[in-house]
Formats: sequence, C-alpha cells, structure tokens
Amino acid sequence: MEYEAVIGLEVHVQVKTESKIFSSVGVGFGAQPNSLTDPVVLGFPGVLPVINREAVEKSIKVGMLLNGSIPRVTKWDRKNYFYPDSPKNYQISQFDQPICSGGELEIELKGPSRNVMGEHKTIALTRAHLEEDVGKLIHLENESLVDFNRAGTPLLEIVSQPDMHTPEEAYAYLTALKMLLIYGEVSDCDMEKGQLRCDANVSVRPVGQKELGVKVEIKNLNSISGVRNGLAYEIERQIQVLEGGGTLAQETRGWDAAKGMTYHMRSKEESHDYRYFPDPDLMPVRIDHQWRDRLHASLPEKPFDRQRRYFDAYGLPYTLTSVLISDPELCHFFEEAAKRAKRPRQAANWIVNNLLGELGRAGLTLSESKVFPDQIAQLVNLIGEGVISKNLAKERVFPEMFKTGDNPAAIVQARGLGQSESAEDLEKICSEIVQANPDAVAEVLSGNKKAINFLKGRVMRATRGKANPALVGSLLEELIAEKG
Amino acid sequence: MPGEIYFKTLAQLQEALASKSISSVELTRDHLDRIQAVDGRIQAFNSWDEEDCLRQAEASDERRAAGRIKGPLDGIPVGVKDVIAVRDQPLTCSSRMLEHFVSPYDATVISRLKNAGAVLLGRLNMDEFAMGSSTENSAIKITFNPWDTSRVAGGSSGGSAAAVAAGELPVSLGSDTGGSIRQPASFCGVVGLKPTYGLVSRFGLVAFASSLDQIGPLTRTVGDAGRMLQVIAGHDPRDSTSIDTSPPDYSEGLAEKKGPWKLGVPQEYFAEGLDPEVKAAIEAAIDWYADRGCEIVEISLPHMHLAISVYYIIATAEASSNLARYDGVRYTHRSDRAGDVVDLYFKSRAEGFGEEVKRRIILGTYVLSSGYYDAYYLRAQKIRSLIRQDFTKAFAKVDGLLTPTSPFVSFKAGEKTRDPLAMYLSDIYTISANLAGIPGISLPCGFNSQGLPIGLQILGEPMEEANLLAIAHSFERAHDFTDRHPNPAPPD
Amino acid sequence: MRDPHSFDIDYVAHLARLELTSQERERFSAQLGDILQHFAQLDEVDVSSVEPMAHAFPVENVFREDKSEPGLSPERALENTPRKRKNMVQVPKVVEG
Repeated sequence: MEYEAVIGLEVHVQVKTESKIFSSVGVGFGAQPNSLTDPVVLGFPGVLPVINREAVEKSIKVGMLLNGSIPRVTKWDRKNYFYPDSPKNYQISQFDQPICSGGELEIELKGPSRNVMGEHKTIALTRAHLEEDVGKLIHLENESLVDFNRAGTPLLEIVSQPDMHTPEEAYAYLTALKMLLIYGEVSDCDMEKGQLRCDANVSVRPVGQKELGVKVEIKNLNSISGVRNGLAYEIERQIQVLEGGGTLAQETRGWDAAKGMTYHMRSKEESHDYRYFPDPDLMPVRIDHQWRDRLHASLPEKPFDRQRRYFDAYGLPYTLTSVLISDPELCHFFEEAAKRAKRPRQAANWIVNNLLGELGRAGLTLSESKVFPDQIAQLVNLIGEGVISKNLAKERVFPEMFKTGDNPAAIVQARGLGQSESAEDLEKICSEIVQANPDAVAEVLSGNKKAINFLKGRVMRATRGKANPALVGSLLEELIAEKG
Repeated sequence: MPGEIYFKTLAQLQEALASKSISSVELTRDHLDRIQAVDGRIQAFNSWDEEDCLRQAEASDERRAAGRIKGPLDGIPVGVKDVIAVRDQPLTCSSRMLEHFVSPYDATVISRLKNAGAVLLGRLNMDEFAMGSSTENSAIKITFNPWDTSRVAGGSSGGSAAAVAAGELPVSLGSDTGGSIRQPASFCGVVGLKPTYGLVSRFGLVAFASSLDQIGPLTRTVGDAGRMLQVIAGHDPRDSTSIDTSPPDYSEGLAEKKGPWKLGVPQEYFAEGLDPEVKAAIEAAIDWYADRGCEIVEISLPHMHLAISVYYIIATAEASSNLARYDGVRYTHRSDRAGDVVDLYFKSRAEGFGEEVKRRIILGTYVLSSGYYDAYYLRAQKIRSLIRQDFTKAFAKVDGLLTPTSPFVSFKAGEKTRDPLAMYLSDIYTISANLAGIPGISLPCGFNSQGLPIGLQILGEPMEEANLLAIAHSFERAHDFTDRHPNPAPPD
Repeated sequence: MRDPHSFDIDYVAHLARLELTSQERERFSAQLGDILQHFAQLDEVDVSSVEPMAHAFPVENVFREDKSEPGLSPERALENTPRKRKNMVQVPKVVEG
C-alpha cells in the first residue's frame, strides 16, 4: 500500500532583544551558569513581570511577515506545569489571544538541479505566540543541574498546520522560515545556540484516505537536517509498523541524532492539564492602527519577493538569485553595486562567483570584506568600457582589490594594465595579423569558426595580453568578412 | 518622654524627633524594650535584629544632626508584615516553606520607606502566605490580641495590627487580599487602610492572589494612615498593575474636607450573622454621621451575596499558580525524603505548606482544571464585573459606604479553626472591596461589653483615598476610641 | 453543569504536586465538597452578556524598554538554594520527557 505522511511543525524562535522578556537582566549564550538571572527570572517570592516592548514589536513584525492576522488586543496567560527548569512552575505564554493568528509561509522545494528553481508552495500556519523560555537542565550520572541563564528569554512559538507531506517540505519550511526571520531582523536563528528549535507532529495514512493517522510528536529536532532525518526515520517507522499489521500509539518521541533514530518519551495518557488562565500580573496589549502602520512600514521585502524582483529588474539567473537571497546583507551589497554597475548581472556574477569564493577561501565574512559594492561596480564598468579584459580583471585586478581594498581603476593605472592601444591601433594590429595569416583566414571563411582563435592569440601576443579579447574577436570577424 | 511613648501617634513622634525632644535611637530602643516586655504574650514579631535597628536609628540621628533628613519617616520605627521583601532580611511568609529564605532585594514600598528615612524594626507575623483571618495559620506562632491574649489578633496581618495595638510599634505595613488589613485592625482597635488596587506597588509583596492583593498601613489614627500612604503610594514601573498617576496630598483632605457627605448604608451588610453589639456600634456611628448633617442613603449591592464564592474561586485559583514556585528546588524547604524529582515536589510541598494553604491550593487547582474553568473561574470573573458595577452605581449616589468591618469581634484562639467554610464566610464585609478594587478603611468605633474593639469600615471610590480619610477622620476626631489602649504586659 | 461530588482529590493533588495524608485527603474532600456546594449559587446568575474581569483596573500597554541592567551574581542568585553544585541548582536526576 502507498502511504502519505502528514506533518506539522512547531518552531520556537528566540526573539532578538538585549534584555529578557519580563525583566531587565541581559540575554546571552555561553555565559557562566546562573550569571544572567535576577529575582524576576528566578521567580523569587514577590517579583512581578513587565513586558519588554521590543519583544512584542518584533513578534508583531513576524506575524505580519507571515501574513497572519494581528489581533486588536493580545494578552498573557499562565501555563501551569511543574518542571525543574521552570522557575515559577508556570510559564507566561499566550493561550486564546495570541499575537498572530493564521498566516502562511511560502517555501521552495528542491529543484531538479542546482541551477533550476524548485516548486514553490504555501504552507498554512495556525498561530504564533510569545512566551518566556525556561532554564536548561544538565544531566549528570546521578543528578541533574539547573542553569537559569536561558530562563526568561523571549520565545516566539510558530505553529504550522498539518500541511506538509514530506521531510523535504519540512526542510524547505524551516529554511524559508529561518530566512524570513533573519530578513525581519527578529532573530539570528542560530540553531547551535538554541535560537531556533523545532518539534514536529507526524502521522501517516494510506494515500487517498481522508482521516489523519495516529499523531506522534517528535522533540529535539534541533538542526535543519535533524528535522529532515528525524522525520524520514519516523515516517518509515510508522509505515513499517502499519505494514507489519501493528497499530501506532499516540506518543511523544525524541530524536537521537547520534543514533539516527526516534525513541519513546511519553504516552498520551501522561499529557498535561495546563490550567491556563489570564496572568493577573500583566496587562493586555492593544495594537492600534498607528502602531500597526509603523511596524508595517518597517517590514523588509520578503526573500522570495526579492528573488522575483531580481529576475525581473536585473535579469539575474536563478542560481545567482538563490545565492543572493539567502543573505540579506549580501543582497544589500549586490543592490548597492547594481546601482552604479552598468551591467548589474555582471556585478552579481562577480559578487557570487568571485568575491564569495575569495572570502570563503580566506575564512572571512562579507562584513569583513575589503572590497566594497561600488568597487565591484567600477570593475564591471571598466570591463564593459573595454578598459580591461575580463581575464585581466579576474587574474590581476580583482585579487589585488581583495587583498588591499584599492579601487580597481587605481590598480589598473598603477600596474599599467590599461589597454594602451587605441581602437585604431588595435585595428591596425589586427589588420596586420590578418594579412600575415591568409591560411587561417581562408579556414575561417571555409566555415571553421574556431580557426579565429589562432588569429586572436596572435593579436593578444602582439598586445602583450592587454587587448580586450571580445573587441579583438569582433575586429577580426569584421576584417575577415571584408576578405570574403 | 519615657513611659507613655508606646502609644504616641506617628504625628506626635514626627514632632518629637523634629523638635529633638527625642532621638531616633531613644525611640527605637524604647520600642525594642517594649517588644522585649510584651511580645512574649502577643507574639506579633517573627523576627527582629536589634543591632541593625539601632544602626538604622543612629544613621537617622546623624542625618538629623547634619540637617539632612531623608523624608517624613526619618527615625520612625516601622514594622513590616513578613510577606514584603526587605533586602538581606528573612521573608518567611510565616511558612515553613520559606523558613530560611533571605530576600536579595527590596520591595518597592520598602525602597520608599528607606528613602523616607524609616527604621525598619522587624518582621511581623501573619497567616501563612496571608491565607487566613486569625493569624492562627502561621507556621511560626499564633499572634494574640493585646486586648485579651486568649483571643486572636485577626488576620492575616495579625502581627501588624497587634504590634501597633500593643505599643510595640507606632505604625506597620500589612497586606490585604480579602480584608487582611481591615479585619485585624478592627479586632485590635487600630486603623487599617486598604488602598485602591494599583495605588501602592505590589513589587516585592509575596503574591497570594495577584488581582486582589494590596499593601496598606496599620496605624493608631486616620491621620497617620494618610501619612503612611503618602510615603508608599505612587506609580511603579516594576508593577504592570500600578496606576500611572501622582497621588494627591492626603493630609489636605483631613484639614479641608469636612463634609457633610452623602453616605450609603448597604442593606446587605446588616443581614443575619451580624453580632448585635457590633451592629449597635455601627448604627451608632451611622447616627453620628446623620447628626453631623450627612445624608444617609440606603444602598443595595445586589450581587453582594455572591462575593464569597467569587472571591474564593479567584483567590484560590491565582494562589494555586502563585504558590507553585515553592517546590523544593531553588530556594525553599526541600524534603530529604524524596527519591526522584517529582517526589521532591510532592514531599517538599507536603512538608512546607500548612493545612490552610494546602486546602486553598487544592481548591484553586480544581477550579482551573480541565473542564471546570468556564464553570468556576470564568464565571467568577464575570460576576466580579457585576460586583464592581454594583459599587460603581452606588458611588454615583454617595461619597462613601458605612459598614461593619467584621460580623463579630475577636474570637477565642482555636474557636473557629475547624470549619473553613464558616471562616471564609466571616470575610463577608471586606472581600468585595478587593473584588471591586476600591479602597476601604477600618477604624475603631466602639467596644463591646467585654471591652473588645469594634471596627467601622468605610468604603470609598477608586483613587479617592483623600476623601475616604476625611470621612473617617471626622468620626475619629469626635470620639476617643483611639485614645484607649490595651495593657498586655504581664502584671508585675 | 457540574457535580460537586465528582471532585477527584487525587487528580487535583497530583496536578498541584501535593502529597496528602489519608486524613488530609478525607478532610479536604469533605470540606471542599461543602465549599463547592456553596459555589453552586453562582449558577443562578445570568452572565451571558457580562465581560469577565481579569484586572481590577483596565490598563493596557504597560511596557518596559529593552535596556539591560546587571542582575544577580551566581552566588547571590543561589544563596537560598538548598542543594547546589558548580553554581547550579542540584535536583535528583531528571528523566527528560
């Protein structure tokens, strides 16, 4: 029998703030244990929470980027459960009036090859709500230790509908979500620092069946590939159970990335009664039109919208755009270069193929680059104007730009790389070469187009490589055509 | 002025300090002596640090000598209910759970007291986590009534009321969730003020029921209550429920507002269960106001009879969540009988909490649990709206409401501990002010045949404390109830 | 709408993480039964058009600006902690779930 998986994802994203969601101590990663706490974070007797405006604003922006509906009023509820990493044994969260309802996320599936765009889909969302993170448990042989540094970090929980059917879709969802959140500057989404964490709900059913199968929740899918691998394993496991005539239990399973398998954590019967009720210590948030408009105006262009604009406005090929849009900083770099470059597509090429390559080899990030966007534009324009050849730019000019940060024009001048001959001089040299090599000319005329390369080589040698090969090519073609 | 110092008012002590007829060290030492002499019988204090008190008093005297006093309370000993956080002092909430807890931070009201120069004299006993009406639910000790030490001081701020009544302190702070300032004030014959919800910051007040709790003063006179309120009231950015306005001058009302007022008498407060002697005293007070030209209006608060149920649903629900943090893990009592971590919760909480706290946690957990939320909590919140509307309608007609504070006077210790429902029902007159968020004051209005004090409660409009104080002050000035003092010292 | 006798004290005590003695269990069941019976009076009120009151005063949008301030040192943070190790709170081994 053919089976189909149904997948929904719950993603927890750390909202980027300086201080915690309900108190003023700083947020951080990797600090000494329990050094980022205060009486509020630790839930000491008598303390009260006060909402961090920034956490709310950024969460509203996420809701807007996800085309969700932002309510007029959103409020805070207590989710009551006991766990040693929870300082108050209730978590301040949002129950029935979340900061964002509904929404959708555009995703791109993997294409048939690297340079062909994959299928785009829209995944429906249920909601997004803001809450406080808990502390971290460290398990030793015979005891556990609790570090509350992470407690009180603002977390946005984004819940998708069971709208995905393959691990690849889940992978694409996470990739797209991460990109969108980075665009919105609402989170750095560094999974290694736990800034983006993912749980999945997955069930399988025979293809064609309407009703959903038994749902299993998978925890600890804490890398993007973990999501893909964990889901692939779990879907296969569920299918095997069903094919073997077994039945599935509603349960929570964990993903063990090292062993590459999921394992039973708890069953449905142990599920919680969270006793949600409105937090009496916190006032509701009203999001009026002015506030809404201001946040709306601050939204960035979404990644796929930008990609479509790059196709339309600059005629960029898919491969270039997919590299560019993966990084808003890179997009900014490109767009700055494109403003002055006469051929923006060439600028994109130089950035993606040459600059990123060099940076990668040097182990540098874009912000550490000595080459600036207007210098890329200059380089592209020098080539376009025939001042230097593309080859020369690649071999001599760009490496020096990368090393020193000097302007390409200055390098060309200092190194005497400019094409010294005027167009007339070059025409003269070409004409001489054509005269001196009648055999080659005859061969070109007889249809062997490649024979022109011999002539080109002669011209290049005569100009000590400074001539623009494209220009040489077209001059030679003209001269040969006159002979024909 | 030794000897009679214990029963001076705050106003008198402020004057004595200002005129340098007494120093803060003398004043503080006198009160410490008084505590030594009588607290063995009253048991109002959970703890005090004599050296620390005298250090604070010395610092105050130095400031005064240098002409740099910090504020109106400079050098005045103030006691604090053991539910309000003072940096580096115990914060036990009279619970075994927090028996060894020392606060690393100051409550906002404490910062305000410190900024006003107060000498923080000690920690006052209470019902465990402020749950109770007699201070018999303290895990540390029972506080007795200075007027008759076989009787209770009331609760939950029993220590705060008894200490002021017994002359151990001129003023104290208490907290009031359903009458916990006003009822012990009435039992002990002192003045107790519960301000409008949001007027005084709750930051640093250990939460019992967050939407009902409010800190307020217990004092000898209405004027002193205003003086204390002046210091502690005002917006606090650390409390999201704090009202963002500047409080008025509370002494002005006393001087200028002399009535006559339109005063309401809610019929529902004079129904069955009211002790006849209490009833007579309240009626006498009402007559006094009428004689003074005040118009007395019969008022109906139609949802009054539901207030107890609404209160005990909301208060216990919030408490069940607020008290979840006391779990044996981070800073509380930890059971040493526990195996795994779940067991650690069960046993630490079983050992750390007293019976009344457990009962309320169970009730509050139940009303929030799956399938019951709408029937109990949500419905209670809706009826809470109706109760507030009743008051809003009443205050459209009158300036204040006159009621008894408690249906009876102080009772014998142990007399009512067996029937929790009966104990809950005795909060009948005080809780609706907390549900509606309005201010209320209790002041002495007489004594019964056994010489036990009776309290008159006046309820006012939100944020109209100045008016409320003026109404209470006019009565107080015309009577001598505040001049009478108990003598709890053992006979020599 | 509800039956006060359905009060399941074991379930509730479990949710509240309270170990009760058998006497407490019995006593609380009886007392809370009485109290719930008393609460039944609320059923008589028509609340269909009434808004619930979550706060004594309806204030909105109370915020703190996103500025960080120093918090507690680890030593201060754990000064009341019954058992600790390496500046962390020690608990019996937790099985994740």
